Amino acid sequence: MIIQTQSLIKTYRLGESQVLALNGIDFQVEEGEIVAIRGSSGSGKSTLMHILGCLDRPDSGIYILAGEDVSKLSSNRLAEIRNRNIGFVFQNFNLLPRLNALENVELPLLYAGASEAKDRAKDALKIVGLEARIHHEPAQLSGGELQRASIARAIVTDPDIILADEPTGNLDTKTGEEIMAIFKQLNAHGRTIIIVTHESAVANRCRRQIHIRDGKIINQQGRE
Amino acid sequence: MLFWTIIKVALKSLFTNKLRTFLAMLGIIIGVGAVISMLALGAGAQKRVMERIASMGINLLVIHPGQRGFRGVMSGTSQRLKLADAKAILEQVPGVYQVAPVVRGNSQLKYFNKNTRSNVIGSSITYLPVRNFQIEKGRSFTEGEVKRMARIAIIGPMTSENLFEETSPVGETIKIKGINFSIIGITKAKGSRGRHNPDDQVIIPYTTAMKQLFGLDYLHEIDIQAADNATLNRVQEEIKVLLGRRHRLAEGVPDDFHIHNQAEIVETASEVSRTFTILLGCIAGISLLVGGIGIMNIMLVTVTERTREIGVRKAIGAKNRDILLQFLIEAIVLSALGGIIGVVLGIGAAQMIAKWTQFLTFTKFSTILLALSFSAAVGIFFGYYPARRAALLDPIEALRYE
Repeated sequence: MIIQTQSLIKTYRLGESQVLALNGIDFQVEEGEIVAIRGSSGSGKSTLMHILGCLDRPDSGIYILAGEDVSKLSSNRLAEIRNRNIGFVFQNFNLLPRLNALENVELPLLYAGASEAKDRAKDALKIVGLEARIHHEPAQLSGGELQRASIARAIVTDPDIILADEPTGNLDTKTGEEIMAIFKQLNAHGRTIIIVTHESAVANRCRRQIHIRDGKIINQQGRE
Repeated sequence: MLFWTIIKVALKSLFTNKLRTFLAMLGIIIGVGAVISMLALGAGAQKRVMERIASMGINLLVIHPGQRGFRGVMSGTSQRLKLADAKAILEQVPGVYQVAPVVRGNSQLKYFNKNTRSNVIGSSITYLPVRNFQIEKGRSFTEGEVKRMARIAIIGPMTSENLFEETSPVGETIKIKGINFSIIGITKAKGSRGRHNPDDQVIIPYTTAMKQLFGLDYLHEIDIQAADNATLNRVQEEIKVLLGRRHRLAEGVPDDFHIHNQAEIVETASEVSRTFTILLGCIAGISLLVGGIGIMNIMLVTVTERTREIGVRKAIGAKNRDILLQFLIEAIVLSALGGIIGVVLGIGAAQMIAKWTQFLTFTKFSTILLALSFSAAVGIFFGYYPARRAALLDPIEALRYE
């Protein structure tokens, strides 16, 4: 079991009122799974993704990632976990504008102080099929290429899970299909992938789907 | 770890915003440039003053008759400094190295149809070494020539130019107040010092001057060179006591002479130039401080602009410390770059001041180091707050920032 959560609760203060974003989330992800988290906006899926991605901590509940309880770690330790165990793919790519593709992919390794960063970054770019454009800056790349580069950045540290937040949201249908194909291919090689989306077309390509509404899991499909 | 990457990224982002980078650095550039050129001016002034004092003679005491008067007005008799006083000082005061008795007058000099007015100094053979004169051409006079009241003269280079223009005066004969003197030497130029121009004077034996030229039985001045600087004040005190006794001054009666101590002049001069330097340095330092505020302003803007970048960096594993370091290094690169440009401009300005004005400038290496480290310190000081703000950003908020 790579991810295990028990009754995660998270509330936000919005002006005067308290918003219950997560209201007792229990779920597990096995190693090698590809899971879609679905829900409309305001359902709490973003909050769940932030907690799964160790960008935020739950108010209560337990989150065990790769055997380690990360629900109460300091922000410095969380940064290390993000660096080592999690790879992020964002809807708007979030590559740094002044670095070329190779330097962007290298960055997590540099923060980790890893050796042979350049070679490992090149390997990651090869996996996503971007080896020909490694010296291009983000402004010179197409949307599909940007998302490939950011997938390369997510896998370069060999993380336990890849967390993709609406990865096809800013892409046309055909390019989105290509990106989904890359995720499927990575999954076929054993990577654990969690995709947060509101598009059923995307969710349907994942073996398992989790529906969230009002901070609760209302439906799980495809679990064997 | 990614120190070089951070510097590279910092330089890249500074280069993409050239105008803004330049404006942010301008304060530091002006500040450092001001520090460098102002301190160069101060150091140059100090150097020139010291050179001039040294050119007057080394370890020098000068005795004038009369009291040190109110606002420079002498009181009391001015005829009580005798040749015997000079001899007694040399013989009886320990630590005295050389003594030169001096009489002076302003006289008409004549060479055929050319004439000029000049200072005529009557003194002994020790006058040249005590007053730090060197012979450019010819020779100084001898003990024997002084004794037999030889009519010989050593003239300054400006006097020589006035009377002889380009030709060499050594061996020629001039008339001083109608009496023939043959020129045996010419002194090396010292540079004008205002009221008393050491390059426009005629030095003759004091015997000749007192008996034949001016008809005096007293001295205008006694110049004394002490053996070393450390004993200068003690020698001054002992001369005071000796002269007081020789002039039979009663208890409580003020001295009928006064002694200028070169150490006092040096002290006063360096005090003045030190104050000057501190003042200039303070003004320059304030402009450096203002420059620092400019850096802080631009760094705050940069942090806000790059909020999303900070969020991404945090998401992929940057710790607060990494972000802090990154923005701190950018601020330091900014201010240090400004500092380097400022040093270059400051040195240039100092050289231009030296070229186009009469001021001497002198850039010390320590000043450059001081200015550079001060500008880097300004970068750290004023860069810390924006960098800390960047480091403490919430990654989720930062990622959402548009």
